[in-house]
Amino acid sequence: MRKIYLGVLAVFMSILASHAQTVQPIKDSSNYQSRKLKVDEVNFVSSYYHQDGNNSAVTGGIGTENLTDFANTLDIQLSKFYKNGKKNTFIFELGVDHYTSASSDQIDPYSISSASRQDTRIYPSLNWTHSNEATGNAFGFTGSFSHEYDYQSRGAAFNLTRVSKNKNTQFDFRAQAFFDTWKVILPVELRPPGYGSGSNRDSRPVDYKPRNSFSTAFSISQVINTRLQAMFIVEPSYQKGLLATDYQRDYFTDGTERIESLPGSRYKLPVAIRFNYFLDDHFIIRTFYRYYMDNWGIRAHTAEIEIPIKFTSFVSISPFYRYNNQVGTRYFTAYGQHNPTDTYYTSDYDLSTLHSDFAGVNLRLSPPKGVFGIQQLNTLELRYGHYMRSTGLNSNILTLALKFK
Amino acid sequence: MIKNLRFFMAAIISIGITCSLPACSTVKQYQKNRLNDSEMELSARKSQKFEQSFQLYREGGSGANGGKSGGGCGCN
Repeated sequence: MRKIYLGVLAVFMSILASHAQTVQPIKDSSNYQSRKLKVDEVNFVSSYYHQDGNNSAVTGGIGTENLTDFANTLDIQLSKFYKNGKKNTFIFELGVDHYTSASSDQIDPYSISSASRQDTRIYPSLNWTHSNEATGNAFGFTGSFSHEYDYQSRGAAFNLTRVSKNKNTQFDFRAQAFFDTWKVILPVELRPPGYGSGSNRDSRPVDYKPRNSFSTAFSISQVINTRLQAMFIVEPSYQKGLLATDYQRDYFTDGTERIESLPGSRYKLPVAIRFNYFLDDHFIIRTFYRYYMDNWGIRAHTAEIEIPIKFTSFVSISPFYRYNNQVGTRYFTAYGQHNPTDTYYTSDYDLSTLHSDFAGVNLRLSPPKGVFGIQQLNTLELRYGHYMRSTGLNSNILTLALKFK
Repeated sequence: MIKNLRFFMAAIISIGITCSLPACSTVKQYQKNRLNDSEMELSARKSQKFEQSFQLYREGGSGANGGKSGGGCGCN
């Protein structure tokens, strides 16, 4: 694990070092654009997340949900201009997450430490976008890969942007597909004879099942006046394959125990709108609302407001609040209350009827001479949020985002 | 279901009306200094990236916010 972090840090530092050593071109007022491949920006985002609750789905809706997640991404954006005003942009992103989960440790509570007690996820991706600087129109493709101990994913995406002549309306389209494979790890007491634990040290076989996800996102951004702009988003998606989590337990009224069972397909339809309003030189109002529905019976309303307070053009503090209200899936029931005749059942409280509050603050620094006087460090954002769910789960998240230009 | 359809219809009509109002005027490039403020970006912030990830895990609803709507990780 330490090697991975050191590796990521080394890559990051070498990029910064090479970037710092490049001779900065003298800026002039002409429209000249360098036609060499150059680094536009580098973003590094790091986050620490901790949660606790008492409704773990691994133990049937009871038991600790204690979990920590240390997540990091580094993306490098490079671009190259051509004579005809066209531009190719390449974005390479590498993400590394490491989590520890007390509930996953209960897959096999008799072992010293079960296979999924902790895990590291590594996910690189590469996007190529071809754009016309004059019109703003663009299209591109993305390839992605993700590796976890028990989960592999390959993804592909296509993105398209069309901008109106007056540049006040923008249409974006994105289609993406993920082709995933899940190693089926079962609770220790529900494993058939000869079925493996999923551990690398265990030579007994385990099943592998697919989970494929397809989604399309349509969005229209509209400038309404000199202070107000809006965006309307629709993102239908479809999932097929193993959508239940097979190491999660369910307990029935007759005292029996089984692994979670959910339908093999799921349609989702979220519809959202954003409004951003420039109130005056010191206050901006950012709002977001989403309605979500799917064929498992989940219906959710999510509303968010954030008010950046600008002390200067380069320093702002943004308190934010998010509220989510959800009607749970028809397959959810609490511990020990499932009907033995049911086909589908879950005690995963993430899918239950709930409401949640999420509040926090975002600090943003973007001075013209660089943050802390470091010329290449263009922007620093520090964000903290506290999450409270009506089921009793609470969490905190602290995020640091750095932009180098 | 009818209630949901009503909601969608109301949302679409509201957006249509909003954009057909005189307030939805053509704004010239030189008038966009406020709209070009970095805090006015319509996309989610980079620093929200992992918030969206944990909300994807901890809630049934997802998507239409710039984050993922499923796939690529061991979550629904």
